[in-house]
Amino acid sequence: MSDIINLTLSALINKIKKKELSSQEITNAYIKRAVKSKDLNTYITTDFENAIEKAKKFDEKGNFNYKLPGVPLAVKDLFCTNNLKTTAGSKILSNFIPSYESTVTQHLWDEGAILLGKLNCDEFAMGSSNETSFFGNVESPVGKKVVPGGSSGGSASALAAKLTPATIGTDTGGSIRQPASFTGTVGLKPTYGSCSRYGIVAFASSLDQAGPMTQDVSDAALMLDVISKYDTKDSTSVNFKRGDYFKSLSSNIKGKKIGIPKEYRVDGMPKEIESLWQDGITLLKKLGAKIIDISLPHTKYALPAYYIVAPAEASSNLARYDGVKYGYRSEGENLISMYENTRSEGFGDEVKRRIMIGTYVLSSGYYDAYYLKAQKIRRLIKNDFDEAYKSVDAILTPSTPSSAFKIGDKTDDPVSMYLNDIFTVPVNLSGLPAISIPVGKDKNNYPLGLQLIGKAFEEQNLLDISYSMEKELSFKNNLQDWWIK
Amino acid sequence: MSIDLKTIKHIAKLSRISIDDKKAKELEKDLNSIFEFIEALNKVDTKKVDPLTSIAETTLKLRGDEVKTKNIREQILKNSPDENKDFFVVPKVVE
Repeated sequence: MSDIINLTLSALINKIKKKELSSQEITNAYIKRAVKSKDLNTYITTDFENAIEKAKKFDEKGNFNYKLPGVPLAVKDLFCTNNLKTTAGSKILSNFIPSYESTVTQHLWDEGAILLGKLNCDEFAMGSSNETSFFGNVESPVGKKVVPGGSSGGSASALAAKLTPATIGTDTGGSIRQPASFTGTVGLKPTYGSCSRYGIVAFASSLDQAGPMTQDVSDAALMLDVISKYDTKDSTSVNFKRGDYFKSLSSNIKGKKIGIPKEYRVDGMPKEIESLWQDGITLLKKLGAKIIDISLPHTKYALPAYYIVAPAEASSNLARYDGVKYGYRSEGENLISMYENTRSEGFGDEVKRRIMIGTYVLSSGYYDAYYLKAQKIRRLIKNDFDEAYKSVDAILTPSTPSSAFKIGDKTDDPVSMYLNDIFTVPVNLSGLPAISIPVGKDKNNYPLGLQLIGKAFEEQNLLDISYSMEKELSFKNNLQDWWIK
Repeated sequence: MSIDLKTIKHIAKLSRISIDDKKAKELEKDLNSIFEFIEALNKVDTKKVDPLTSIAETTLKLRGDEVKTKNIREQILKNSPDENKDFFVVPKVVE
């Protein structure tokens, strides 16, 4: 039993294929552990009865050639699941039951995976600590009262606590990579246009991207094989030739050129992170990569530009929540006051703040000064990367400017919370792929990650580099199961 | 520049979010600190820069307008906070 939950996704699949483990044994093991792990508050909705039923069916007549044969998985509650409540961590969707399935989750089930349930997240994926969810804070298994990061906090926490062998999250400004870094797990944000956005509750459509969160890099490659597919239902899905990521994994990175951007050495960054970054550089040199100093001069403008672009898109996307066709509705003496009361009661504080920012920057007289300005800055940030990629194959940076913090530490000051995403946001603005891998720990024994940023559509390169680093690092979380009841 | 209370109430109105005076004051503080942070962008000269609206800078593809799901009316209406037969119900708008 304890063996099952300690297996990586790919090891688990091997055991299923060799018939050493059944889907039912595995599914039951994860369910049993989830029931004992309620204190972490990772799940918003569980679907355990159906999962057991599906596992039974798989064991009876399942297809063992699938990529995820009979593997139980929990996913972020931002993916619409047909006939199963999908809340996006919000009161306004607390009773919403979709009549359709997101493309990305459909790919998982088409390859034999079984849904365990829906994982907690920041409300509408707006947050960096999983403290904005209507369904309460998520605790990280890394330490008591420690945040798992966000917005895919429930996913990161569930993965690190071994409540699911792998999971998927979404990343608009760092929501996969930052929680992965905080929990000692691997998080990959694919190139914009790789994974379909169809059926994912929209936050900022020009930035949102789904991606795998896994125990190691091989598992991330395996999950990417399943979820990265062209989809006509997403008008910005890109029809490029996708790799056979898992099979093609290679740890030979000799001669690869890795850029080190000086602008990521920010004021007040803890020494531990600086030395972690140095360790990463040393390791890459040892593996035969060539280290090149580069400059991404507009880096410091990425976060302020993001806080115009993302809220602007969010204010437009979230205009649909009006209490008429689905979701929470409040009373009002007329139609307008019904809208206003519904949205006032249905949205939490952070979501309201962002809708207000977005509405303001798009409003008459301010559009050019803010929104257009931010889009121009966005161009400059992308140009920086384009220029850098003339001389390097990938870029190495820290994933976050600090390790995980305590619940409540940053909730009073929105800007200090936003600064968490300082290293991850430029990637979303430029549509690039990036991965966070666990590399070391700080003095509190909390995990620290490094981020590798790649060229658009070159996920394989990114996976190969992180795979070769991971082999040398042998990072272990060594969690003590303190939350188990 | 700073955003005053009157502007906050105006944005709330545009956003269709009702706020009381206490909430408006909170938002005034928060939004001003966020915009102070955003003002950093003014230091950058962008006169000759084209805006980047989307990473996928292509014309959006068209597809046929075909019905692909059938008989989901009940399922759709079930999510409605207030329904009456085949309709979504809202407060009275015409006297």
